[in-house]
Amino acid sequence: MAADIKFTEEHEWLRVEDDLIVVGITEHAAEQLGDVVFIELPEEGTTVSKDDEVVVIESVKAASDILAPLDGEIVEVNDPLTEDPGKVGEDPMGDAWFFKMKIEDLSALDDFMSEADYKDFIS
Amino acid sequence: MSDQATALMRTPLYEFHVAQGAKMVPFAGYEMPVHYPLGVMKEHLHTRAGAGLFDVSHMGQVMLSSSDGFEALALALESIVPVDVLGLAPGRQRYGIFTDETGGILDDLMISNTGDALFLVVNAACKMDDIAHLNASLPDHVTVTEIADRALLALQGPMAEMALARLVPQVIDLKFMDSVRITIDAMEWWISRSGYTGEDGFEISIPAELAPEIADKLIAMEEVEPIGLGARDSLRLEAGLCLYGHDIDTTTSPVEGNIAWAIQKVRRSGGAREGGFPGADRILSELHNGAERKRVGLLPQGRAPMREGTPLFATSESDDQIGEITSGGFGPSAQCPVAMGYLPTELASNGTELFAELRGKRLPVTVAPMPFHATSYKR
Repeated sequence: MAADIKFTEEHEWLRVEDDLIVVGITEHAAEQLGDVVFIELPEEGTTVSKDDEVVVIESVKAASDILAPLDGEIVEVNDPLTEDPGKVGEDPMGDAWFFKMKIEDLSALDDFMSEADYKDFIS
Repeated sequence: MSDQATALMRTPLYEFHVAQGAKMVPFAGYEMPVHYPLGVMKEHLHTRAGAGLFDVSHMGQVMLSSSDGFEALALALESIVPVDVLGLAPGRQRYGIFTDETGGILDDLMISNTGDALFLVVNAACKMDDIAHLNASLPDHVTVTEIADRALLALQGPMAEMALARLVPQVIDLKFMDSVRITIDAMEWWISRSGYTGEDGFEISIPAELAPEIADKLIAMEEVEPIGLGARDSLRLEAGLCLYGHDIDTTTSPVEGNIAWAIQKVRRSGGAREGGFPGADRILSELHNGAERKRVGLLPQGRAPMREGTPLFATSESDDQIGEITSGGFGPSAQCPVAMGYLPTELASNGTELFAELRGKRLPVTVAPMPFHATSYKR
């Protein structure tokens, strides 16, 4: 399972699901953010470029932007999360995913960190 | 040597914070706890339900005394604050501000009458300037002493009285804004029934060497948790209390800042000691005629928090910015985003609907009364 999940330096996780990638933030990022009180997700069907600000996430402390990890199209967003933003703190790697995107070539994921590399990165 | 110039100071409770697992951040030149493992949200809610212990030792504690007696001392301070200091009874505390010649606000502070002296608590970021201002402005008979060997703790919340009374039983007799000195085991405790959270509670000045032991004793009590600066900010925001350097500063007058209540009648036009403070011309005129703009409460209509610097507009289309949010965030007790900011007085009445521009979008926001969470002072 660990092999199927990749991590960015922006503390996002990317998991391949069919021909899409599911994107969320890591436990480490969720911990740093503290209690999340607001999430704004992109519209389904939006075409995004790598590093576009696609998600706004606000904790009691501050606002942060989540960037698109790659060029692609947002095909599905986790709408229920906007009603229950606190879930990001409870299950950041599972139920609290942000969006699913379609990218041209799944092999682009090879450039990101493995779980072991990410653990080194944050330590 | 440049490291020394930028080195952060530590309060007497630094080791306490670290031992409690605080996340430490630089604040006003000090290394301060922004939150503990509980997190900002739970720390906030705990303070409103139980009792929260805050380290506010970074704030300036200043004693003013005079060789000419209390009346001369009070009148001297009145020359730089637009407050009735002479009428402040022994054992009582009052909110005040230092004004400048243009009617702006140099700092806000608490003033206590100790019986023969005046004890001031000023903001951490302003304390050096405040002390210089006091020294430069007050007559020679006044001695200005920075109290650097005492810690300042705040214990806030509905269970603060019960908790503190285990250490100092006398506190149950104090009312809101009472300020007393109590000697316990040859140590002087300077305690006022006040704070900056909207809750009942106490500010406690104790000798620095005593502070870690007292902090440990307090948090060993079931109802007490240590609370960081993050929750201190959300608590004071919900209480509608302004934060110096954000909601008020040298560009805002007390009337604009909506803290004219701090200027008692005796210092206003027609009062026995009318004016006689920096910026009196403008401030007295604004007290009479109103100011062009005013600090108000703002309730964003959606779920998006609106933070400091968010511009305000009269409509969803208009190009002319009419005001700005000066403090804002999510209110954990209000359970919605809350904010305050400045608006032209004609648009400042409660219920007025406006728009804030957030990430390129115009979102509705309504002028609303403060506080956003009812205060529970013990009057």
